[in-house]
Amino acid sequence: MSNSKLTRRGLIKTGAVAGAAGLTLPTYLRADGHAGFTNAPTGDTVTLGFNVPQSGPYADEGADELRAYELAVEHLNGGGDGGMMNTFSSKALKGNGILGKKVEYVTGDTQTKSDAARASARSMIEKDGAVMITGGSSSGVAVAVQALCQEAGVIFMAGLTHSNDTTGKDRKANGFRHFFNSYMSGAALAPVLAANYGTDRKAYHLTADYNWGYTTEEAVKSSTEAMGWETVAAVKTPLTQTDFSSYIAPVLQSGADTLVLNHYGGNMVNSLTNAVQFGLRDKQVNGKDFQIIVPLYSRLMAKGAGANVKGIFGSTNWHWSLQDEGSQAFVKSFGTKYGFPPSQAAHTCYVQALLYADAVERAGSFNPCAVVEALEDFEFDGMGNGKTLYRGDDHQCFKDVLVVKGKENPTSEFDLLEIVEVTPVAQVTYEPDHPQFAGGNLGTCNPGA
Amino acid sequence: MDAIILQVLNGLDKGSAYALIALGLTLIFGTLGVVNFAHGALFMIGAFCAVTLSRILTLSHTIIDDTKTDFLGNPLKVEVPYIYDIFGQATGDVIIDWAVPLSILFSIPVMVAIGFAMERGLIKHFYKRPHADQILVTFGLAIVLQEIIKYFYGANPIPTPAPAAFTGSFDFGAMLGFDPNTIIYPYWRLVYFAFSAIIIGAVFAFLQFTTFGMVVRAGMADRETVGLLGINIDKRFTIMFGIAAAVAGLAGVMYAPINSPNYHMGMDFLVLSFVVVVVGGMGSLSGAVLAGFLLGILESFASMGAVLEVLPGINQIIIYLVAIIILLTRPRGLMGRKGVMEE
Amino acid sequence: MFGLTKKDTTLLIIVAVLAIFAPFILNPFPEGSAMAQFNAGYPDLMQRLVIFGIFAIGFNILFGLTGYLSFGHAAFLGVGSYAAIWMMKLLTMNVIPAIMISVIVAGLFSLLVGWISLRRSGIYFSILTLAFAQMSYSLAYSVLTPITGGETGLQPKVDDPRILDGALQSGQTPRANLFGLEMGTSYEMVVGNWVFTFNAGYYIAAIVMLLAFYLSIRIFRSPFGMMLRAVKSNQQRLNYTGLNSKPYTLAAFVISGMYAGLAGGLLVAMDTQVGAERMFWTASGEVVLMTILGGAGTLIGPVLGAGFIKYMENIVSKINKSILEQWFAFMPDGMEDFFITIVYPFIGKGWHLTLGLMFMMVVIFLPGGLVQGGQKIAGLFRGKKASDDAADGKTTPAE
Repeated sequence: MSNSKLTRRGLIKTGAVAGAAGLTLPTYLRADGHAGFTNAPTGDTVTLGFNVPQSGPYADEGADELRAYELAVEHLNGGGDGGMMNTFSSKALKGNGILGKKVEYVTGDTQTKSDAARASARSMIEKDGAVMITGGSSSGVAVAVQALCQEAGVIFMAGLTHSNDTTGKDRKANGFRHFFNSYMSGAALAPVLAANYGTDRKAYHLTADYNWGYTTEEAVKSSTEAMGWETVAAVKTPLTQTDFSSYIAPVLQSGADTLVLNHYGGNMVNSLTNAVQFGLRDKQVNGKDFQIIVPLYSRLMAKGAGANVKGIFGSTNWHWSLQDEGSQAFVKSFGTKYGFPPSQAAHTCYVQALLYADAVERAGSFNPCAVVEALEDFEFDGMGNGKTLYRGDDHQCFKDVLVVKGKENPTSEFDLLEIVEVTPVAQVTYEPDHPQFAGGNLGTCNPGA
Repeated sequence: MDAIILQVLNGLDKGSAYALIALGLTLIFGTLGVVNFAHGALFMIGAFCAVTLSRILTLSHTIIDDTKTDFLGNPLKVEVPYIYDIFGQATGDVIIDWAVPLSILFSIPVMVAIGFAMERGLIKHFYKRPHADQILVTFGLAIVLQEIIKYFYGANPIPTPAPAAFTGSFDFGAMLGFDPNTIIYPYWRLVYFAFSAIIIGAVFAFLQFTTFGMVVRAGMADRETVGLLGINIDKRFTIMFGIAAAVAGLAGVMYAPINSPNYHMGMDFLVLSFVVVVVGGMGSLSGAVLAGFLLGILESFASMGAVLEVLPGINQIIIYLVAIIILLTRPRGLMGRKGVMEE
Repeated sequence: MFGLTKKDTTLLIIVAVLAIFAPFILNPFPEGSAMAQFNAGYPDLMQRLVIFGIFAIGFNILFGLTGYLSFGHAAFLGVGSYAAIWMMKLLTMNVIPAIMISVIVAGLFSLLVGWISLRRSGIYFSILTLAFAQMSYSLAYSVLTPITGGETGLQPKVDDPRILDGALQSGQTPRANLFGLEMGTSYEMVVGNWVFTFNAGYYIAAIVMLLAFYLSIRIFRSPFGMMLRAVKSNQQRLNYTGLNSKPYTLAAFVISGMYAGLAGGLLVAMDTQVGAERMFWTASGEVVLMTILGGAGTLIGPVLGAGFIKYMENIVSKINKSILEQWFAFMPDGMEDFFITIVYPFIGKGWHLTLGLMFMMVVIFLPGGLVQGGQKIAGLFRGKKASDDAADGKTTPAE
């Protein structure tokens, strides 16, 4: 229509004419009917959707994820120093976009609420034509958006999500998780704890009262009990709790000599700060020094707890001080661009973006079903966690897990954790139908359209 | 027994935080008749006064340390606070360590100024507007204040520790003849409790025993008549708003070491402090304080493992459950006055 | 027409026309242009606009007419949503039973909450409703996880029973439908550079919204509505005349609770997912803000307020730095950087700041909400005569 003085009535009229002429196509979620899948890229660009928390308590983590995505896009399009593309074992990516199409992206705010995250993801799919959605900083959001992507027929590459459920009871064929999970945390931590604190400990669990807390408590409990620890009590704390004094004060009375804080984010910062305030770590119980454990560490969050993290064990997906080639390459290009080292959230998001792009290249198509096939049982290396397998049974990555400890003498504000052990992948691998992951059904891949 | 004593202690401590915030909120409700949804934001700004002061004290210049390297392999830049240059490292460290108590002095003028500016610039125009409009405008203000803090300080909590002298905890158990380690309580929380008691006492004394306080109380009861007597009640109300802001701010400053401040901590407290005020009864300062302690203690009891075994999830809802029961048995909360915000 | 006065009929027709042509009206900018960022004519947002419109219309029946400020209405929306998703999991993916059950369950729950909360008035009432909603949220997020899904919420799964539906073909996912017409079905109309999307789900939601709006006009104009206004202006006097106002306020409460349940059911029908955050106090606060922002007590105000807030949330939050760079690319470098620096704090992750400022501006400059803004603009066009209208609008906000 070149007519610049288009009235609304005129528009409707032309629309009706166009409709009669057969230009109106029936579509599902703006799929291109001819290509056979949702949002098939038609021009010389492809759009990815980066859905991260930009407001709310995880906003800083989201900001770091977004930085990683921008870096990944830069590298995919051939800019920068290429980062991990140089160390990645698959050499399908050539720095000319994906399948020769320039990578573009849209961003949205999940607000760490499943409703808002889905609204944002739907707008990326329906309005912006995104062919893949990635990001997020909580399991609630990951599960919600994963289900949406399954329904809409696009690929979901999960960001930071640690609950077993994401690739357990809520697993979906179109969804993939690179991040580790509660079970792996438990399995990796237990031997290190036994080596450092002995096999005769009485543990007191404080658990965030929602799904992620439950799976983490269960994982840590079962793996520590297997090596001889006793669980004295497990108390649930509300998500909205900010002052944990009334939960921490009774710990010593219970006769426990170890406190396990199954908390994340703000909950973790506050409960750990409170526990240290109560002087728990200066106490002796049952003739042993009292110890605190934080199963899931995040460096960004550890910063909020300040000096209180010193000497406290936990697990993490990745840390910038890793010395392998891939990690070094990533830290270098991220650090050069932004001036500080990346977080584990940034790492998992960057890797997910690259893995997706690589899978598309190898499959030769953006079709979600082709991508799923390319990613399933894909083995790779050079992405920072050693040899890694994307298992086809549940779309979970299996790789080495880091056990870390709060550093006693940090040299900078980023240098908060030190790596105690790199737990080999064999030790954290489980069967797809493990009881902690039971009840899920991948279904089959959905290309939409 | 020791478990119960411990939870009473906890409750008093929690309650003093609730009471302090609710007190400020009631001052504004009671004197000005304004529903101030930005009160939580004032509490948050108070906590960030402590953060800001410790940032100012640790303002640094960088020197290059060639012996160490940073994460990219470049020579490490070491930050040296200016305060070391002025007072030497030892004294400088002590001053930095005492940043939170020092922030009390720093925050009072800041908070009073913010309070004045808010009242004169915004709230004043909303005295005669419906409560709904007051909610909307103060809620908007709260969001704006909170986003400004987020813009400058980020979304993550910022550790703001208490002075080293207050780390560790006091063993009540040993003192009372129980086994050692059964009833321990952190020194800083005891300080917080004492501090709240002093502030609450001071506000009450101020209203009870000074002429200014008498006029304000008269104004709370009947604003029109006091105005007709030729007393400039408006000016006094502005001052009251400043005081309320300062009370909220001080509560925030002292709370900073207990929970690392973050930009949305005000919203976390907002709803709870409204519940406390209403359970205490609208327009009653002593009601607000009483309700604060009552809810604090009940919340502590509900979080005991033994209670949770019998009633799972009770810790999630106890405050709201108690609020419902109290409001159904006492129509105007614990000590509310008739006709205040009942319309 | 339909038992409405001429003025109300006009209003209803205007709303109907706006709803029908929303795919055009909300997509004024051609695809690929710099302004396309502001297009809102995609199914998800259009659906949300009308659904939250319904929520706000219902809230306004309680708040706008009786003056009772409920701070817990999100609980009814949430309860309705949970009821709807269970209907879909157990019975059928057809949206009709899901929506019906959501209205019924929300109605029953609001009857219980209203019956208790309406024993008190003013802020005591507000806190009672808030307490019920917060309890619902907390329990749904934690101990009720087996029923509510807790943090991860509920979604239909391939292996749900769905006793009325036939078995799914392999590879199919369960999708919400109306007798086979899937909610996600869209027709796209391409006109030059413009793409207009007509979505089945949106039109179903829009029809429900029009019915809800019509019903709300009838309630506003009925003797029942008159009685509710009497409660607002002076409940005491009403009681002295020997009338018991409680049944009227309770009825209004339940009706608005059912509206909330209807909105909850529709949300599930359009996007098959429920999470507990839907019941958090901020969600209850949001509908209060929508209503006041648009103009409490006016017929169309709440819909405008709902649209305004949802538009901000979904559009402004998606503008990022690279889009800004595109916008200001035509400027010389220094000026471009300057403008980007100025605008950047207000978009993307700063969208809350913009929202907060908007709240303040509207309430400071437009005491009657967005409706008053509309009246003022209309007044400018109509000259002197209209200024009387605006004044009239101010003194009788229950218009």
